[in-house]
Parts: sequence; C-alpha cells; structure tokens
Amino acid sequence: MNPTELSAHGKSGVSRRAFLKGSGAAAAATALVHGPGLVAEETKPNVVSVGLNTITLDVNGKQQKVDVEPRTTLLEALRLGLNLTGAKPISVDGSSGGSTVLLGGKPVSANSILALECIGKPIVTVEGLGGNSTAISGEIAVGAIDPVCRAFVNHDASQCGFCTPGFVMAVKAFLAKNPKATEAQIREGLNGNLCRCGTYANVIPAVVDVVKGARNGS
Amino acid sequence: MKAFEYAAPRSEQEALEFLSADRGRTEVLAGGTDLLGLMKKLIVTPDRVVSLRQVGSLHTIDADSQGLRVGAMVTLEELLDHPASAQYPAVQQAIRSISSQQLQSQGTLGGELCQRPRCWYFRDGHGLLAESGTAIAEGDNRYHAIFGNSGPAKFVCPSRLAPALIALGARVRVIGPNAEDETVMPLEHLFRTPKHDQQREHSLAPDQIVAQILLPPVGERGNASYEVRHGAGPEYPLVAAAATIVAIGGVVSEARIVLGQVAPTPWISAEAAASIISLPVNEETAGAAGDAAVSVATPLSHNEYKVQLVRVAVKRALLLAAGLETGGF
Repeated sequence: MNPTELSAHGKSGVSRRAFLKGSGAAAAATALVHGPGLVAEETKPNVVSVGLNTITLDVNGKQQKVDVEPRTTLLEALRLGLNLTGAKPISVDGSSGGSTVLLGGKPVSANSILALECIGKPIVTVEGLGGNSTAISGEIAVGAIDPVCRAFVNHDASQCGFCTPGFVMAVKAFLAKNPKATEAQIREGLNGNLCRCGTYANVIPAVVDVVKGARNGS
Repeated sequence: MKAFEYAAPRSEQEALEFLSADRGRTEVLAGGTDLLGLMKKLIVTPDRVVSLRQVGSLHTIDADSQGLRVGAMVTLEELLDHPASAQYPAVQQAIRSISSQQLQSQGTLGGELCQRPRCWYFRDGHGLLAESGTAIAEGDNRYHAIFGNSGPAKFVCPSRLAPALIALGARVRVIGPNAEDETVMPLEHLFRTPKHDQQREHSLAPDQIVAQILLPPVGERGNASYEVRHGAGPEYPLVAAAATIVAIGGVVSEARIVLGQVAPTPWISAEAAASIISLPVNEETAGAAGDAAVSVATPLSHNEYKVQLVRVAVKRALLLAAGLETGGF
C-alpha cells in the first residue's frame, strides 16, 4: 500500500475503515509501511504515515526541501528545518499572533497549521520581505527595506522585539486588504497580535504612516 | 503532539472512509486553530488526523432563493466577505467580533461550530466534566455556565457563530459512513449537554462530519448579535446574545433569542422571546426581555456577574435587531 494506491478511489484492497478497526499492533504495522521519501513531492499527499517525509515548500519565492512528520507545524518546519527564525513560538495555540506568516497571501499562525497542509501554496515569512533585513541594524537606506519594516524602525515600534516579526506580517496582510485603513480600523485589524511590552502606542502610528506613505506615493 | 497519520481525502465519501467509529482514534482537521492546540497539550491524541482541506465540495458558498448553503471548510473571512451574507448582520457581527485576522482567514465555519470548550479544567487535562462537575462547582467557575448547569457539565459552548446561526434558523447537513446517516437537522441539534465522560458536547458520531450549514433567506427578520467582552482583544466573550425579530406595524410578531457563552450548548431563551411578543421594541421592553432571560439562571459560586451581562446582551441585541441605538458601545 502506498499513497498513490490509497488515493485511487480506495481500491487498494485494504479498507481504511478496517485499518482503524484492527488491533493496535496491526494498525502500527500498517502505519510503518510508508518510509521517508515515499511521498511524491510533486503531488499533494493523500496519506502520510508517522515518521519523517521530505516535502517541498514554496518559501519566500524559493522551492525548499524540508523533512517533516505529519505532526510538524509550519512554524517548526520554518524554524528548525529551514532556519527561518523570524516567526516566533510565543503561544501554543496561535492566540498571540507571534508566528504569523502569509500563506497564499493570507495571514495564518504558523504554529496552528501543519507543514503538510502548506504544500503548493506560497509562504512568505518576515525574512522574505523586500531588501536585506540586516539593514535594520545599520544605516537605513530608504527603499532597501520593506515600507512596513521601515515604519517600525522609524517609530521605534519594537521593545523586546519578540512579537515584531508576527506584527510586521500581520500588518502586511492587513494593509494588502485594507490599503486605506483608518487608525481605528488598524487597531481593530491588528487585534490578533499581542505585545507584552505594550508597544501598541508606537506600532499603530507606524502603520498609519505606511498608509499615508502609500497615499503620497513614497 | 503525539505522532499521527495524516490523511487528506479529496471527496466527502473518501473523508468518511478515513474516519473511525471509535471515539478519539481519528480527529477531523479543518482550519487547525483549535485542534492543533488541543493535540499539543495532549488533550486529544488521535492515531489519524483527517484533513478536509482538499475536499472541494466543502469549500463552496451557494446563494439562491432557498438561502445560503455554506460549506464547512469555508473560512470565516470568506463568509464575512460574501455578498449574500450582508442580509445576516448577526453573523457578520459575530465574525467581526472574533477580531483576529489570523483566526478569520484560517478558521472555518465547520471548525468554529465544532471547536472544543475553552473550560480551563478541560484544557488542563481534567476532562470535559472534571470529576462529574464537582471540581468545577467547588472550584474557579467564573467563566462557566449559568444556565443548564445542574448536571455534571458546567462548561460553556465556545462557538461565537452558533447563537446567530440558530437565531436565524440555520440547519446543518451532517454526513456519515452510510447513506442513511446523512441528515439535515436544525443547528441546535448539533449541540448537546454531555451526561457522562463518554459523550462529547456535539451529537456527531465519531465518524460523522458537518458538511454544510444552510441558512434560510432572512425575509422580514431583523437580526443582530451582541457580545460582552472583557476588552477589545481577541479573547472569548463573557456572554453573547443573538436576536431575530419580525416587527411589522411596530410590534413584534416573531422573535428568537439565543445566548452564547452561558450554557453547555447555545441557549435558546424561550422566556426572552415570549416576553417581547406583541410589544414594540424599545429600551423598556428590550430590558424586560433581558430580565425574562435570566429568570431561569442558576449561577455557580463565582459567576453571578454573568447574570447582569446577559440582561445587557439580550437588551442590546434586541435593540440592534430593531435598528435602534443600544445606548452603550
């Protein structure tokens, strides 16, 4: 039994229902059939069993191979598998917004979505925003970094900085949908991101500035 | 998380074949915003997770003269932005109140209805009923039920869309392993108050799934929902109320008032609805409906405060449904 057979209208000869009704030992034995590499990377898997499998994720415009288990979250794949440590593991359930990335252009908490569910969809992390992120630590060349990052720097919108990457990605998603947002709409729209330092007083004006800048064409 | 097998069926039929009749062996994955947190904390430990993401029929919204037919995998954002949902401000208000763009774009309608309770005894591994309810009755129950709490279940139904949908007369299409398992039932029948540890808070068998939600045309009904929240953040509300009314010629001829976050199920307040019939909606009558709603409240040791919040929520939901100012914010 392999994933391809299972996907073919369930005619693999082993009923999936019988699989789960069987003894624990039988189920475990069946589950071991798929080893690493058995999942075709070109097609979305139909069944992926326990253990490591190599998948390809579209991260920041690049096709990147990464080993994941079914239980691996997108956040773990990014941080541990691809060394993209911008998105942060702040809350277990995504309630802080600290792990926000764009998946197919939509804001998602990378720690509440399985890596396997993200195959074939463009993923953008804070590392994928325009320019070289190291520019933030030195002289800020206008235009070298993303306007949202630049506004965060200009407004000193980070304190400890742990929530900042999630916030920046949430702002990107929010402004993509609401490019002319008012301050009140910005406050409401960013409710999914928490900052324990309380830097909201600087984040909100930073986002207001991005809206103004876009209006002025800068 | 415990290791599990992942299945991504392409059709409703295939999804059903992957599900086990044994409670807890398989879990259905929709948006993941609730299930992944539960699995990380080992509150649920399935051997197989069945993702509905690739089942195309669950992703569509169909609008016609019969109303709205919304697939269980439609995201909250897609539902909010759909032109046909403008006739259901109660639903739109409930989605906007969720107030996290991540939850709105990732969370699905089916998942919102099937999410597990937020009860901290449950989330800390004491089980849904936590020692037949005694641990909760004698413990910190500030966020627990004030209605329908005489049995072991003290938790509250966490769904924020269910009150609005039930007030609007929504039905749910549930499918199961056999053709005769398919049923279309009033949405309120999806929820139940468990009486023992083997029951969950939904009436679904372990191998059944919610496929679609069917919303009838709004017709002449005014509808609104109102949440009382601790702050403007993404937290769950303390109490919520949704109301639909038909008021022709200035007096109410039909009313349905459903409360959220106050009972183990969405709580249909027949008392509140009866009190407003044949009357015009104004501050006084809407307030009286709130009083009627709480006339059957049985608060626990630490949640008496919810009684007053229910009065306010019912009053403001009714005023909003009638197109009036609420007097609050």
